[in-house]
Amino acid sequence: MEGNEHLRRARENYETREHDVLVIGAGGAGLRAAISAADRGLSVGVVTKSLLGKAHTVMAEGGIAAAIGNVDPDDSWQQHFIDTLNSGKFLNNWRKAEIYTKEAPAGVYELEQWGALFNRTEVGKIHQRPFGGHTYRRLAHIGDRTGLEMIRTLQEKTLATDAKVYMETTVTRLFKDAQGRIAGALAYTRENGKFIHFKAKAVVMATGGWGRIYKVTSNSWEGTGDGCILAYDAGAELVDMEMVQFHPTGMVWPPGARGILVTEGVRGEGGVLRNASGERFMEKYDPDRMELSTRDVVARANYTEVQEGRGTPHGGVYLDITHLGYNEIMKRLPTMHEQFLKLADVDIAREPMEVFPTVHYNMGGIKVEPETCATHVPGLFAAGEVAGGLHGANRLGGNSLGDLLVFGRRAGDGAADYIEQSTHSAQTGEEEILTEIGRVLEPLEKPASDKDESPYLLQEELQEAMMEHANLMRDGDSLKEGLGKILAIKDRLPNIKVGGTRLFNPGWHAAQDVRYLTQISEIIIRCALERKERRGAQWRLDYDGPDEELGKINFVVKRNEQGEVGIEKREIPPMPEHLAALFKEEKAKV
Amino acid sequence: MTEENHNVTSKAHAPVGEEDLGGTGRTAKLKIFRGDAEGGEEVEYETPLVEGMVVLDAVLRIQAHQANDLAVRWNCKAAHCGSCSAEINGVPRLMCKTRIEEYGDEEIHVGPMRAFPVIKDLVSDVSWNYEVSKGITPFTTSEKAPFTMYEEDVERLYEPKKCIECFMCQDVCHVLRTHHKHAEFAGPRFFVRNQWLEMHPMDEADRLHDLKEDNGIGYCNITKCCTEVCPVGIHITDNSIIPLKERVAAEYYDPAKWLMRKIRGRRNGSRNGSRNGG
Ligand SMILES: Cc1cc2nc3c(=O)[nH]c(=O)nc-3n(C[C@H](O)[C@H](O)[C@H](O)COP(=O)(O)OP(=O)(O)OC[C@H]3O[C@@H](n4cnc5c(N)ncnc54)[C@H](O)[C@@H]3O)c2cc1C
Ligand code: SF4
Ligand code: SF4
Ligand code: FES
Repeated sequence: MEGNEHLRRARENYETREHDVLVIGAGGAGLRAAISAADRGLSVGVVTKSLLGKAHTVMAEGGIAAAIGNVDPDDSWQQHFIDTLNSGKFLNNWRKAEIYTKEAPAGVYELEQWGALFNRTEVGKIHQRPFGGHTYRRLAHIGDRTGLEMIRTLQEKTLATDAKVYMETTVTRLFKDAQGRIAGALAYTRENGKFIHFKAKAVVMATGGWGRIYKVTSNSWEGTGDGCILAYDAGAELVDMEMVQFHPTGMVWPPGARGILVTEGVRGEGGVLRNASGERFMEKYDPDRMELSTRDVVARANYTEVQEGRGTPHGGVYLDITHLGYNEIMKRLPTMHEQFLKLADVDIAREPMEVFPTVHYNMGGIKVEPETCATHVPGLFAAGEVAGGLHGANRLGGNSLGDLLVFGRRAGDGAADYIEQSTHSAQTGEEEILTEIGRVLEPLEKPASDKDESPYLLQEELQEAMMEHANLMRDGDSLKEGLGKILAIKDRLPNIKVGGTRLFNPGWHAAQDVRYLTQISEIIIRCALERKERRGAQWRLDYDGPDEELGKINFVVKRNEQGEVGIEKREIPPMPEHLAALFKEEKAKV
Repeated sequence: MTEENHNVTSKAHAPVGEEDLGGTGRTAKLKIFRGDAEGGEEVEYETPLVEGMVVLDAVLRIQAHQANDLAVRWNCKAAHCGSCSAEINGVPRLMCKTRIEEYGDEEIHVGPMRAFPVIKDLVSDVSWNYEVSKGITPFTTSEKAPFTMYEEDVERLYEPKKCIECFMCQDVCHVLRTHHKHAEFAGPRFFVRNQWLEMHPMDEADRLHDLKEDNGIGYCNITKCCTEVCPVGIHITDNSIIPLKERVAAEYYDPAKWLMRKIRGRRNGSRNGSRNGG
C-alpha cells in the first residue's frame, strides 16, 4: 500500500553526503565544535534549521560569565565554581562545573582573538558586569548584544574553514550501524523538501533547547528540542529533565510581545523591581541579594506578587531603570531601549517596564562525559543547551554562553579524537533510509480524512497544557492531569495532516516538531512527578522544602526496551577533596 | 474567518483575561504575496487586530489558522536576528518591528525581498550573501589576546558591529536590484563588515585591493538608499562606504603610492599582507 509508494518515490529523491563529523546545530556550541574539528583537518558538515547566524545564540544579550577578574580582581574560578553549584543546588555535575569555570576565561579570550569586540574598562581590558547570583562582576559583554557578537565571530571563523554549512536543513533521525555506533543522519532541506543522507561516524548534537513546549517563552520557533529526542531515540541518556528555567523578566505587553526577554542586564545595571503599590518587594524574598538573587527566586517572587493581586494593569510587575538616565541607558542597554520603544511605546529612560516570568532555558539535557562531551552512544557527542549537567537545578545568567565556548570546543575535539581512533566505516542500509523518508513525508502525502489535525493547533494545545500543569509552581495532582493531556496528544500525532507541497512549507516542518515537543513534555512531567521537593527550578507546592535524600540524586531518563520513558535515580558521586574543600572555606568565611 | 477563543486559566500565567487580551474588535487586512520562482499573486487575508500588533504577528496568525504552508522566516521577534525582512508596501522592513497601526487606513502589501531569487511567498534565496562573506579576508592578527584596547580605540567599531544581517540594504541597493552586479559587487552589508575589519586596531590584513577589485566598491554612487533602510541605524554610506572609498582612493589613485607599488609590488607597512601574498 502507501508505504511502498513512499519507497518508490523516495528512491529517486535523496542524495548522500559524507563527512567525518556532522555537527547538528549552528548556534554557539555547534559552530565552536565545527571549528575545532575542522582545525584538526577533518571533513565537517554543519546543519542548521535556520540561516547561518540566526540561532538562539544571536538573541543572547547580557554576557558571558567568566572569572577573568578585570573589574573585581578577587574573582577566581573557585568562586565562580561555588556560585554555580550554590545556584544549581548541588545537582550539577561538579566535574563539568570545574572544567567550565576554569576554561571560560580562555573561551572569552579566544573570541577576542578571532575579532570579537567587548566593552572596555578604563585600563583597556574587557569590561565585566554584575549578574544575579554571581559574587563578583563577571559577565564579559558588548552592550546588551553579546550573543550577536559571539555568533557573528564564530560564524565568520567557520566560513574561513573548510567546513560545509547546510543552511535551512532539518535532521529527522540519527542512524546507527549493527554495532550500535553512529553511522549518520537523515535530513531534508526546507527550501524544496529534498532529502540528504549524511554519512558520518561522529555526530555532535548542538541543537539548543525546548522553550517552545510552553506558550509564553523567549525562544524562537527553532526551540523544539529536536536533538534531545533524536539522541534519546538513539539510546542516549538524559539528565535533570524536570529543571526548566523561567526567566523572571519577560515582556507582558503588547500581547504579541509577550514572553520576549528583558535581559537580566537591566537588573545587573541596577534595575529595581516594584509591585503595583510601589513596594520594592524583593526585600521579602531575598533581602541580601535583592534583585540580583538567582533566577528561580526572582521568578517566583514576580509570580507571587501578581498571583496575590499586586500586579500591574497588564499582569506583571514593574522593572525600573530610569535612574540610569538616557545617556547611560543608550550606552549599556541600547537594545532594550529600542525594543520597548518600538514594540510597547515605552521609553525605559522615563518610565518603568512591565515584566513577568517567561520560559527561557532548560538545565536538563543529554548526559555527557565532561571531558569529551561523549554520550553513551559511540560516536554521539553533545554540547550547549541540549546537553545537561552543568547547571543543576538552576542556571546562572551568563553561564550558557560560556558553556557553548568551553564544551563546544571539547565536543569538537572529542569527536575528532574518536574519528582518529576509529577504523570502521559508516554504514546505513537503504531500507532504513527509505523508511525514514516515508515517515517524514507521511503528513504531507497521506490522503485527507475527517480525523485530520493541524500541527499548529496541536502544538498550541500542548503549550497550553504545559503552561497550566508544568509551570514554575507545580503540584502532583496538576502534573498528573497534565500528563494525561500530553499522552492524549501523543495518541493524536498520527492524525497530523498538512496541505501544500514540499516547497518551503512551514506546516509540514511544524508537523515534524510536534513529535519532539510531545515526547519532551512527557519526560519533563514524569521527572517532575518524581522529584517530590522544592529545589531550584523544581518547586512542588505539595512538598514543604528540599529533601535531603533527593538532593543526592539526579533523575536519569533512558528509553526502555518497550520504547517507554525509563527513569532511574542515580546517585551523585561525592566531590573530590579539592572541590569539597572550597565549600568548607566558604563556610568558614561567613 | 473566525477563531475560537481558548479559555485557559493557568496558574503561572499572569492572572488576566487570556486570549482576548488586547483585542480591538477590529481586523487587520493584509495582502500577502503567494507564489514562487515561477510567479504568483497577492492574496488578501483578514485576522483579528490585537493592540500593538506587528506585521509578523499577523502573518504568523494567518499561517497558523488560515494558510499553514505560508512561507516566512523569523526567529527572535525582537529585531535582534534579522530573519524577518520583507517588502511592506514596497519598502524593505523587519516584519517584527513594523506595527500594523502605522499604516492607518492604507492597504498593507507584504512581499519577499526582490533583489534575490524568490523561493516561496515571503522567503527569498539570500545564500549569495554568505558566499560574499566567505570571500572577505577574516580578522587577522599576530598579537595574542587578551588585547589592551581603550574605549576610544574601538568606539567607532560598535556601529558596524551592530549589523544583524537582515540584508535589506542589499535589497534596496540599485547596483544589485536593478543592475544585478552580484558577481562584481559585494553590497553595502559587506562594506560594513570590511569597515570594522579595516578599522580594528589589532587587525593586520589589507583588504583594499579586494575592496576595489572583488567587492567593486567603485560601483557605489552614494545614493544612501541603504542607510535609509538599515533597521539598526548604521550610517552605512557615511561611516562605512565613504571612509573605505577614501582609503581605496588614497591607495590606488595617489600617484606617489602608485609608483611605490610599482616598485615594491605591494603595500608598504602591512605586516601580514593580503591573501596569497596579495
Ligand atoms: C533571548 C535570549 C537571551 C539570552 N541571553 C543570554 C545571556 O545573556 N547569557 C547567556 O549565557 N545565555 C543567554 N541565553 C541562553 C543562550 O543564548 C542559549 O542557551 C544558547 O545560545 C544556546 O546555544 P546552543 O548553541 O546550544 O543552541 P542554539 O543557539 O539554540 O542553536 C541551535 C541550533 O541547532 C539547530 N537545530 C535545532 N534542531 C535542528 C534539527 N533538527 N536539524 C538541524 N539543525 C537543528 C538550530 O537551527 C540552531 O542552529 C539567552 C537566550 C535567549 C533566548
Ligand atoms: S549608497 Fe552605494 S551601497 Fe548604498 S544603496 Fe546607494 S549605491 Fe548601493
Ligand atoms: S547593514 Fe543594516 S541593513 Fe544592512 S544587513 Fe546590516 S543591519 Fe541590515
Ligand atoms: S524575527 Fe528577528 S529580526 Fe524579526
